[in-house]
Amino acid sequence: MKILSFNDHTPGTDTSVISIANDADPRSVSLEGVKRIDLHFPKFTDGRAYSQAFLLRRRLGFKGEIRATGDVLIDQLVSMARTGFDVAVLRQGLDASAAQRQFDRFPNFYQGSAVDTHPLFAKAAA
Amino acid sequence: MYQYTEFDRQFVKLRAAQHRDQLDRWQKGELADDEFRPLRLQNGWYVQRYAPMLRVAVPYGEISSKQLSVLAQIAKEYDQPDAALFAKAQSQQDLLPGKSPRLLKGYGHFTTRQNVQFNWIPLDKSADVMDLLATVDMHGIQTSGNCIRNITTDELAGVAVDEVVDPRPYAEILRQWSTLHPEFAFLPRKFKIAITGATEDRAAIGWHDVGLQLVKNAAGEVGFKVWVGGGMGRTPIIGSLVREFLPWQQIMNYLEAVVRVYNRWGRRDNLYKARIKILVKAEGQRYIDEVEAEFLQIITVDGGPHTITQAEFDRVAACFVEPHAHESAAASANSHTQDVAFLRWVHQNVVAHKNPALRAVTLSFKRLGLAPGDATAEQLEASAQLVAKYSRGEARVTHSQNLVLPWVPESQLFDLWQDAKDLGLASPNIGLLNDMIACPGGDYCALANARAIPVAAAISERYQDLDELDDLGPIDLHISGCINSCGHHHSGHIGILGVDKDGKEWYQVTLGGSDGSALSGSAGAGKVVGPSFSAAEVPEVIEAVLNKYLELRAPSSSSNVRAEYFIETLRRVGQDAFKAAANGARHPEPELA
Repeated sequence: MKILSFNDHTPGTDTSVISIANDADPRSVSLEGVKRIDLHFPKFTDGRAYSQAFLLRRRLGFKGEIRATGDVLIDQLVSMARTGFDVAVLRQGLDASAAQRQFDRFPNFYQGSAVDTHPLFAKAAA
Repeated sequence: MYQYTEFDRQFVKLRAAQHRDQLDRWQKGELADDEFRPLRLQNGWYVQRYAPMLRVAVPYGEISSKQLSVLAQIAKEYDQPDAALFAKAQSQQDLLPGKSPRLLKGYGHFTTRQNVQFNWIPLDKSADVMDLLATVDMHGIQTSGNCIRNITTDELAGVAVDEVVDPRPYAEILRQWSTLHPEFAFLPRKFKIAITGATEDRAAIGWHDVGLQLVKNAAGEVGFKVWVGGGMGRTPIIGSLVREFLPWQQIMNYLEAVVRVYNRWGRRDNLYKARIKILVKAEGQRYIDEVEAEFLQIITVDGGPHTITQAEFDRVAACFVEPHAHESAAASANSHTQDVAFLRWVHQNVVAHKNPALRAVTLSFKRLGLAPGDATAEQLEASAQLVAKYSRGEARVTHSQNLVLPWVPESQLFDLWQDAKDLGLASPNIGLLNDMIACPGGDYCALANARAIPVAAAISERYQDLDELDDLGPIDLHISGCINSCGHHHSGHIGILGVDKDGKEWYQVTLGGSDGSALSGSAGAGKVVGPSFSAAEVPEVIEAVLNKYLELRAPSSSSNVRAEYFIETLRRVGQDAFKAAANGARHPEPELA
C-alpha cells in the first residue's frame, strides 16, 4: 500500500478521478474512464468506506486506484489494504513511521479479503 | 474443546504484541486518547468508574482448567490496584446512600456473554496481561467495540440430551471468520451472535443481533434457522426470522451479507438507534431483500469463497468429541448416600448427559457475600482443580454467570459435591430465585445509573431458606444497573432496572419477560409495573410479588402434579394482581436519602 502524507495528496482535476460519498452505493456510479476513486472516512470509526472499497475491488473488479482520504490513521491501514484500498492519505500532521511494522506483523489472516480472496482453510487445503 | 493450531497460537501472540505497540504509542503521546480507545476496546480494555476493566474472551463459554488457572493468576497478581486508588474508591463508595458491600479486588467476574472480567488491572500492565493470556491461547479480541463480539452458545453444547446438532464447531468456524475481519471492525454498533443446536433455547437467541438455531430438514441435512435484529437496550426487540433453512456450508457467506448491509445502511447519527434491530425494524422486508440480493452476489459473482468445505468442518469438529478421562475415575465411596443436602444439590444443580454415565454439574457462583458471578483468585484456582479432577479438564462459563462442569462421572458426584461445598460453590439454587443475573452496576461501571450488587444482595439475604426457595420454584430474576441491559432485565420473569431520578438511585420493576426457554415462553420483554421504586422498597416489592404468586398459584394436586410455576401463574392470571401487589409495597413516605 502506498502511503501519502496529507500534503502529497491532490484532489482530482479531471473526470478520471472521482470521489464517492461515504453513504453512496458505489455500484450506482459509472466507472467508465475512471482511473482513481477517492473514498472518504469522515471519522476513523466510521467503517462504511471499507464496504465501498470491497464492492469496488472485489464485486465490480475495479482495477484502478482506490484511495483512502479523511480521518486515515496508522492502525486502520492494514484493514484498508485488505478491503481493496491501494493508496492511503494520512490525516494531516500524522507521522508515518509506525505504519510499516503494522503491515509486517500478521503474516496471514483467517478470512478472505478483497485482494486475497480465499480464507485460510481454503489456502491450507490447496 | 478446540485445539489451537500453531497459526492460531501465533495469531493471538501477535495480537498481544500489537496491543503493546499501541499502548506504547499512547503512553508516548503518539496516539491520542480518542484514537487509542477504540483500539483498546477491541482487546477488551475499558475504563470504568474507578479503574480499567479487562474483558477476556471465552469463545462460546468453553474454557480449560489450565486457562482457569491463568485467570486465577491474573486475579491474584494483576487485579491489584494501587493502595491509594483502592482506598479512594472505597471512600467514594462510603459516601453512597444505603448499604453497599465493600469493594473487592483480586477476583474475576463471569458475564452473561460467557466471558470473564477483571476490574482493577492498571492499564500500564495491560500488555503483560495480554502476553500471559496468550500463553494459554486466550485474549480479549473483540470483547468490546463496534464489531462482531464473542459468539455465545448453549452451556450444555455437546452434552445436552435434547441436542440436535452440536453448535460448537460452527461457533469456532464463525469465531475465526469474525476475528480481525477487515471490513467489519467499525460497524455502526456492537454485533452479537448466539447459536443453539438443541430443542431448548439456552442461549437466548431471539435477543441477539443474529440468532442461529441448528436444525435438520426432512432429508436429515443440517442447516440454520436465522433470526436477525434482536437486542435489549432502551428499545427491546426480538429478532425477525429471515431464513427457515440455510444450508450449514453457507453460514459465513450469509452472515457476510447480513453484516455488510448493516455496515452500509445502519444509522451512525444516533448511538441509541445504531444497533441492527433498529435498521431491521425500520426497513423490514427491504432490509431482508437487500441481504438476500447481496448473498446471491457473494455466491454468484464472488464465488462464495467462505463456503465451508467438508474437510474444514471435519478438521474443526474433530476437536469437539468427548474428551478422554485422564485420571482414574474412582467412584465416590458414598455415591449412594441418602444425605438430604446432597440429594437436593443433585436435584437442583446436576442435569442429565448424552452419555448416561456422565452428568453436567453447575458450580453456583450465587451466594451471600459476593456479587452474582464473582469468583476470587482462590475460587478460580480451586475451580480449575475441580475441573481437572472431575470434568476432564473442561468447563463452561454460563449465560447465568455460573460455571458448568460438563463431563462429570455420575459415580463421582458425591466427592465433587463435598469439594464444591468446601469452596462455597455448592448452593443448591440453580434456576431458582437466588440464581439471579446481575451486572456489576454502579459499584464499578461508569455507565450505570444505579447499583445492582446491593439490590441482588438484599434479595439474596431475604431468601436464604432452601425450602422456601424450592417452594418458589424456577424464577428468572435479572438486574441491570442501566438501560444498556447487561443484566438482561428485559428477559427476566422479574426484571429490575436501575434508573436515575434527581441524581438518586431508583429501580423500575418489570414482570413477565422471557429469554425464549420452554418454561419462559417465546422471547419477549417484561412489562413495567409502575413508577420506579427506591432501593429500600425493592426487596419488599419482590416479596409482595412472590407472596401474590403463592396466593394465586394452582397448588400441587397430587404427587405427580407439581404446583404451578411463577411464570405460569403470571401468564394465566395476567399482570394486574401482581402490579397491585408490587405497588402496594411502596413506602408511604418518600425515603430520606
